[in-house]
Amino acid sequence: MDRMNRRGFLECAAWTGAAVVWTASGGVLSSRLAARAEAAEGEAGTFSFVQISDTHVGFKGQANPDAAATLQQVIDRVNALPTRPAFVLHTGDQTHGQKAGAFDTVAELLKGVKTERIFYVPGEHDVFLDGGKEYLARYGKGTVGGQGWQSFDYKGTHFVGLVNVLKYKGEGMGSLGTEQLEWLEKDVAPLSSSTPIVVFSHVPLWAVYPQWGWTTEDAERALAYLRRFGSVSVLNGHIHQVLRKVEGSVTFHTAMSTAFPQPAPGSAPAPGPMKIPEAEARRMIGVTEVSYVPGKHPLAVVDSTLA
Amino acid sequence: MLKHIGLVAGAVAVLLVAATHVIAARPAAPTTIDIKEFKFGPPEVTVAVGNRVTWTNRDEETHTVTSATGAFSSTGLSHDDTFTQTFTRPGRYAYFCALHPQMRATVVVR
Repeated sequence: MDRMNRRGFLECAAWTGAAVVWTASGGVLSSRLAARAEAAEGEAGTFSFVQISDTHVGFKGQANPDAAATLQQVIDRVNALPTRPAFVLHTGDQTHGQKAGAFDTVAELLKGVKTERIFYVPGEHDVFLDGGKEYLARYGKGTVGGQGWQSFDYKGTHFVGLVNVLKYKGEGMGSLGTEQLEWLEKDVAPLSSSTPIVVFSHVPLWAVYPQWGWTTEDAERALAYLRRFGSVSVLNGHIHQVLRKVEGSVTFHTAMSTAFPQPAPGSAPAPGPMKIPEAEARRMIGVTEVSYVPGKHPLAVVDSTLA
Repeated sequence: MLKHIGLVAGAVAVLLVAATHVIAARPAAPTTIDIKEFKFGPPEVTVAVGNRVTWTNRDEETHTVTSATGAFSSTGLSHDDTFTQTFTRPGRYAYFCALHPQMRATVVVR
């Protein structure tokens, strides 16, 4: 095992077996072992949802011989949660390179998730071949102008799904574009600053590692509209590993892939699927559960793996 | 019928031009470019007009070979997939990977 893999492994091994709850208090994240039934005991207004990301169905390689199978295992895990998630967010890269039939396979598998609804944003793998035509034909309905971005409210929390992979050719990073940014400004303008905000998009809305394209060039403008809010959680995918960052009232969190891990930023010559033994990889692919408990924990983010 | 004759004559003319060109230019073996560790290597190649360039993806990750001006594009290339493009006009052809646009390179055609 080389240094990079070993470090990644040790980092992720911390989550093995038991889930870790991240609670935000005074802008500082702290972790502790999760009592998985905690959310189930919650009071009125409590809810949880699940983030699934980077399912990459259609990928086949040493890093994962069958991405559909690991997605199914993650779904089984979600269905075994003590609290049924109110809904699921899929933060993109459903397919690997828009492989023929992959969208159908994902849709079929996700029908098995025990939840009310699944919300989607695209990843670059879902749109790069046809500029988003197939993705938007499937998931554009009900989004703003059929362009894939949207917002909704659930039990007092305002959710915003942003698309940052359709203007992707510039400098090799995500981009939201003026039209979407203007919509976002108007969308959150009427909200009270005490409204909890959850933003989800594929490419991180913070500069994780621009050299690998792991950033969104105009994210700062989006965040400028959000900084007045007391609790903002930004959930992203794309980088296939858990990273967190806190900036004032804004907490950034990236999710694991359900298919394969990628190296830590700058720890390898290039990003991409990590070829590591299956048992080890299972500790680095998984799903994120997010719980909201009014008055107590603004947002508790639990990452669990297949190991 | 006249139309057909015209077509045949045209085709013969094209063949003649092509043959002349082959004799005159003596094209080198097809130029090959490897896609490895999220890089096109070599990042710039120079080929003669009419020559072919073949890219091979050595990564597990999918990549594309996509012209910056839309002149050509591969689909998603899986591991060990190849893509070949014949360049028939001189110029500088900048291209990138549509999935990882930080991957950039150029084919110069003379």
